[in-house]
Amino acid sequence: MSDGARILLGHGSGGRLYRDLVRDVFLAHFDNPVLARLDDAAALVAAGRIALTTDAHVVQPLVFAGGDIGRLAVAGTVNDLATAAARPLGLAAAFVIEEGFEMARLHEICASMAATAAEAPVAIVTGDTKVVQRGAADGLFITTTGVGEIVVDHEVAAAAAVAGDVLLLSGTLGDHALAVLAARGDFHFTLDVQSDCAPLWGLVEAALAAGGTTVHFLRDPTRGGLATVLAELAEETGLGIDVDEDALPVSAAVRSACSLLGYDPLALANEGKMVLAVAPEGAEAVLGALRGRTEGARAARIGTLVAQHPGRVALRTPYGTRRVVDMPVGELLPRIC
Amino acid sequence: MTPPGSSSDAARVAGLAAALARVGQLERTYMEVCGTHTMAVSRYGLRDLLPPGMRLVSGPGCPVCVTAVGDLDVVVALSRLPGVTIATFGDLVRVPSSRSSLAVERAAGADVRVVYSPVDAVDLAAAEPDRQLVLVGIGFETTAPTVAGALLVARERGLPNFSVLSLHKTMPGALRALLDSGESRIDGFILPGHVSVVTGSDCFRFLASEYGVGGVVAGFTADDVLTALLMLARQERPAIEIGYRRAVTAAGNRVAQDVIARVFEPCDAVWRGLGAIPDSGLRLSAEFRAYAAEERFTVDPGAPEEPAGCRCGEVLRGVIDPPDCPLFGRRCTPEMPVGACMVSSEGSCAAHFRYRALDLSGGGRV
Repeated sequence: MSDGARILLGHGSGGRLYRDLVRDVFLAHFDNPVLARLDDAAALVAAGRIALTTDAHVVQPLVFAGGDIGRLAVAGTVNDLATAAARPLGLAAAFVIEEGFEMARLHEICASMAATAAEAPVAIVTGDTKVVQRGAADGLFITTTGVGEIVVDHEVAAAAAVAGDVLLLSGTLGDHALAVLAARGDFHFTLDVQSDCAPLWGLVEAALAAGGTTVHFLRDPTRGGLATVLAELAEETGLGIDVDEDALPVSAAVRSACSLLGYDPLALANEGKMVLAVAPEGAEAVLGALRGRTEGARAARIGTLVAQHPGRVALRTPYGTRRVVDMPVGELLPRIC
Repeated sequence: MTPPGSSSDAARVAGLAAALARVGQLERTYMEVCGTHTMAVSRYGLRDLLPPGMRLVSGPGCPVCVTAVGDLDVVVALSRLPGVTIATFGDLVRVPSSRSSLAVERAAGADVRVVYSPVDAVDLAAAEPDRQLVLVGIGFETTAPTVAGALLVARERGLPNFSVLSLHKTMPGALRALLDSGESRIDGFILPGHVSVVTGSDCFRFLASEYGVGGVVAGFTADDVLTALLMLARQERPAIEIGYRRAVTAAGNRVAQDVIARVFEPCDAVWRGLGAIPDSGLRLSAEFRAYAAEERFTVDPGAPEEPAGCRCGEVLRGVIDPPDCPLFGRRCTPEMPVGACMVSSEGSCAAHFRYRALDLSGGGRV
C-alpha cells in the first residue's frame, strides 16, 4: 500500500482490486478460519435457539473520543444480541465506502473492529463491500449482522417483565452522545467525555449467571436514550414505571454540559449500557455482578415496575415531585450511531 | 447556591414549599413569562409544590411560540430561493408555517442548518462564499446581542453573503399589551432571568407603577422559582424585585444594551397570540440595513393561515391552559404538532403535555 492510497471505484468491482482489498484489509485484520475460506456464506454451529439482529452505522464523524464507527459497528450488534441473552456466534459486516476514502483510515477502522470483536468475543465471519462514487455516500457506512446462541431457557423480553421487578442500569448516561457531538466541533468549549461504546456480552453473561431466571428483560439504551427504553417498556408491558432521578448515574461532565446545552441525560444515546428488569429476589446479586466488571462499575438500581399509572414512566425528582418521562421527539441528534 | 438536586437543595426547596403553603392560602394567578421557566416548572414538577389556591400560567416568553405565522412563511419562502442557506436555532425547524415548515423544505432540498451559536453562521458564510447565508434571528433581549455580535463579526470579516432576518422581540411591550387586553387575571409575574441579565429589572417597573402588578426576576433552579413565588406571595404592595441577584442587577448589562442599540432599532412587531405591538420588535438599524435579509431578497410568502382550531394565541396570553384547547393531546402532540407551543421544548403546551400525562392516570404527589 502506498502513502495516500485511496479507495477506487474498482475496489468494489469484484475483480482484482476487490480481491486485494479483501486480502490486504479485511482478511489481514479479521483473520479467522471461517472468513479465510472466503465462501459466499459462513457455516456456523449452534446448539439451540438462535438470535439474529442487524444494525446500520452512519455515525459522523467516523472517529470520536472513546471509539469509532468500527468499534460501534461491532459493539452495537453484539449488544443487540446480548439483549436476547444470546452469546455472539458470528458477525457479518457490509461496507459501503465512498470513492476516494483513504485506505489508511479503513485500516484503522478495521483494526478497531477486530480489537472490539476480540473483546466481545466474536469473529467477523463474512462480509461484503460496495464502493459508490464520490458524493453518493459520506465516507463510510457499516452494516453488521449478528447471529447468537440464546443461553437461557426462560424468556428474556418485555413480555416477561412483571410488576415489582427492579430496574437496574449498568452505568452512566449520555457519554456516547456528547462524545460524538464534541468530536463534531459543534461546541465552543472542550468537553472531557469519552464514548462508552463497548461490547456487553461479558457483562450480560455475568448478570445472567448471577440472576438466572430472575433476569426478565434486557435492553440497551442507544438512540432515544434511557427515556425511550423506559417508555417502550411501560408501553409494551402495560405496567407503570417509577424512576428515581437521584439514583441515575450521570458523570459530572455530562451533567454540566447538559445543563449548559439544555439536553436531558435521559434522552441521550449510549453505546455501552444495559437496562435490566430483575425480580426483586435476584436484584442484589445481579447488581453485584454488574459492579464486579469494569463496564458495570457504576451500575445502579434506578427504579421499579409498578401496577400504578399503566403505560407511563414517572420520574421522582429530588424535590419529591413527579414528572412524566416521554420518548424524545424529532431529530435531537442525527447520525449519532 | 447549593448544587441543584443535592440533599441540601432538596431540603431548601421543601422549606420554601412549606413557607409558600403558610402564606399562599389566597387565590393567586402568577404568570411565568419565560419559556425556560415553563420548562423548569415542568421538569422539577413544581406545580406539585404549590398551595391549593396558587396557579401558574405560562406567558409569551417562548421565542419560537410567539413568532408569527406570517414571519415563518417568510423564512420558508427564503429557504426556497436558489443559492440561499438558512441558519437557525433547532426548535424553529419543526414549527409549522402556513403551508410547510423548514423540516419539510429541507427534505425537499432546501439548505437549512441548525447552529448552536450565531457566530457559527458567520463561519458557514465564510466557508461557502458562493451561497447566501441568512441567519434567522429569533428570541428576546437575551439572544439579540449574540446575533448583533455575529453581524459585527461578519462585517469585520467583509462577508457580502451574510444577512440577518431579524424576528427579535422585546419583552416589556408584550407584557404591557397583555395587561392592556385585560383578558386574564394576573396577580404577579415571574420575570425572565436571562432577559433581565441584559435589560436589568428597571425596565419592568411600569408593571407595578402603572398596572399595580408586582413581579420578581427569577433564576431557573427549583429553589430560584419557589423563592420568587414566595417573594411575590409576600409582597404587601406591588413591586418589582430581583430574586436572582447572582446574575441580575437593576440596570442590566450596559455592553449588551449598547450593542443592541447600535445594531438594531425598535420596530412594530406581530406576535403570535398578541397581534401587532408597537415598538416591540427589533430590526437592523440604518447603519446595518444592508445586512437585512428583507432588503436583500424579495419573496412572496402568500397570506398567512393559522392552523384551524389551534388556540396557541390564547395559551400565550394565559387566557386558557393548554389542556383547554380541543386539539391538545389529540390532534396536537409533540410528535405531530399543530401549533408552535407544542413544538418548542419551551412551549407551554409541550411542557403541559408531559406533565399532564401523569395526572390523567391518577398520579400526583408521591
